[in-house]
Amino acid sequence: MAAATASRSGLRSALPLLTPAYLWLTVAIFLPLSAMVFFSFMTELPLSGKPWAFTLGNYAAFFSQSLYLTLLLASLRLGLEVTLWCIVIGYPAAYVLAKVLKGRSREAIFLLVILPFWSNGLVRIFSWAMVLREGGILDTALNAVLPFKINIDLMYSYPAVIIGLVHSYVPYMVLTCYLTLQAIDDSLIEAGRSLGASRLQVLKRVIIPLSMPGLVAGAALIFVPVVGSFMEPRILGGRTGTFYGTVIEDQFVAVFNWPLGAALSFILLAVVLVILAVASPVLRRAA
Amino acid sequence: MAGVQVSDVSRSFGAHKALDDVSIDFADGGFYALLGPSGSGKTTLLRQIAGFDFPDSGRITIGGESVERVPVEKRRIGMVFQNYALFPNMSVADNVAFGLSVRGETKAVIETEVQRALDLVQLGKLGGRRPHQLSGGQRQRVALARAIVTKPRVLLLDEPLGALDKALRVDMQIELKRIQREIGVTTIFVTHDQEEALTMSDRIGILRDGRLVQEGPPEEIYNRPKSEFAATFLGDANIFRGDTTGDGIRLADGTAIVAGVGATLAAGAKASCAVRPERIRIATDAGAPDGNPNTLKGQVSKRIFAGNNSTYFVERGGQTLKVIVQNTGMERLAEGQDVVLRWSPESTVLIAVN
Ligand SMILES: Nc1ncnc2c1ncn2[C@@H]1O[C@H](COP(=O)(O)OP(=O)(O)OP(=O)(O)O)[C@@H](O)[C@H]1O
Ligand SMILES: [Mg+2]
Repeated sequence: MAAATASRSGLRSALPLLTPAYLWLTVAIFLPLSAMVFFSFMTELPLSGKPWAFTLGNYAAFFSQSLYLTLLLASLRLGLEVTLWCIVIGYPAAYVLAKVLKGRSREAIFLLVILPFWSNGLVRIFSWAMVLREGGILDTALNAVLPFKINIDLMYSYPAVIIGLVHSYVPYMVLTCYLTLQAIDDSLIEAGRSLGASRLQVLKRVIIPLSMPGLVAGAALIFVPVVGSFMEPRILGGRTGTFYGTVIEDQFVAVFNWPLGAALSFILLAVVLVILAVASPVLRRAA
Repeated sequence: MAGVQVSDVSRSFGAHKALDDVSIDFADGGFYALLGPSGSGKTTLLRQIAGFDFPDSGRITIGGESVERVPVEKRRIGMVFQNYALFPNMSVADNVAFGLSVRGETKAVIETEVQRALDLVQLGKLGGRRPHQLSGGQRQRVALARAIVTKPRVLLLDEPLGALDKALRVDMQIELKRIQREIGVTTIFVTHDQEEALTMSDRIGILRDGRLVQEGPPEEIYNRPKSEFAATFLGDANIFRGDTTGDGIRLADGTAIVAGVGATLAAGAKASCAVRPERIRIATDAGAPDGNPNTLKGQVSKRIFAGNNSTYFVERGGQTLKVIVQNTGMERLAEGQDVVLRWSPESTVLIAVN
């Protein structure tokens, strides 16, 4: 009884604290998003002054042209690959940060991992362009060390897109995994080893299952934006960099077909939500 | 099964010597208690034996073989951690099964062994629960079952009963001792609790600042402490300081105290005598002398009633002495009363002061 009163009064006193956040969410996300839903059912943008009507045509366009589906599948594959690479690179890094390094060296490495987070996205991508192109930094460096001549020209290729995206998104994986790994008591690892398990067995049977929430959170944080990404594919992928995200971007900035762009976005949102909904019980069972 | 020999083991963390030239022989099948104040190196010593940490110098053998190059998982030890360290992502049964399954035992073997281990700790019906659904004492027993199911050569217990309340603690002490006797595994048991060490173990080692202060069977350590620290850390003791006479010491005020046990010391050196509070007889002035050479006069300053016994604090020459008397129904002594204390030389341990 007393506890219930306390929690209700706790909520009431928290209201002033919550209000700005809800207002902000309403203004910044909910209103524009509803406007976009509205647009996606229109023939023309009402702002353009042309006559307009309601239509399902923008959604139908997705199903009538196989190109959109092909691009969506390519983007999903891109999202999957980038997420996997982020796990492969980010998880061990998080493990070393959480369980091996201590004190000063941990802070230093942490900073290095977070750095891409703080640098401007375009700067990041164009630095990669300088590294990856023919006669670029990677090419020159390899040819300086290797006795034979090789030509590294990764620029404007699928691998270049992957590299750029992984670099941008790996900090999310490191952070979420670091947090869950940090919370795992070292004595669990020692208990596992004392019971005869090798380091690898302890990793597989104790540490990975216990850090599953971090892996899942990291994967969701990475997969969703990567599937819709357009900047990295456009700049690093060149002609090979046409993905679902770049097509949506085109509708907004080049073709000015906002209704089609909006419809394509919502189809992507729906697909991603379905994927997450299907994946989450499977992942939860694994954890 | 196997004994454990720790020979001249030292381990420093920076400038701090956590273990300083420690040598202990843990007999095969014995129950050994490591006792010492906080920070004395008990956990550090266990970690060297387990292989979680490595000595800077010295040698450790298990079953006669040096384990210097043997990793934890090959040492065949069982360990119970102070915080239980149960795997939260597994059921109780899976926790217990862990050691067997990483070893690659068949499902049938695992099932029977796990059931047997759980029955042994009287948790046979709780195999399906998760660790967070258990009480502290039950978690404790799961940790024990998990540690013994792999039939380790050595069982290492780091203050396993530390978090339990008194009643549960006593139950667990009895159960632990029963299980240990049943499987006969060499057991090294770290504890803060002197009573626990006295009642459970075959031998006790007392650590202080990384050094082994004294080692031996409980009765020997209790009856013949070799240092003031050992005397006061394991049990309670009245300490008298003075100059050695030949068969005891002479206090600053000239009173002689005759010691029947302990060190043999050259006359004239500084020494102390330790007397357990329950060995001293307390009487009012009127009492007849009983022939004991150790007699002191004092005044009761306080009495603490503790059910079956009472502790009297007796002021004497600027020192407060403790006397424990069984409450057998005889008249109690009032505070402020003059009393005579008497005890035998056999109850007086001569200790060298270093
Ligand atoms: N990894 C470490 N790094 C630095 N110092 C350590 C480390 N492990 C232990 N020590 C130090 O070594 C000393 C002994 O520690 P240990 O944990 O063995 O004490 P203990 O006897 O188990 O104490 P307690 O009864 O409080 O558990 C302490 O002073 C401790 O601070
Ligand atoms: Mg300790």
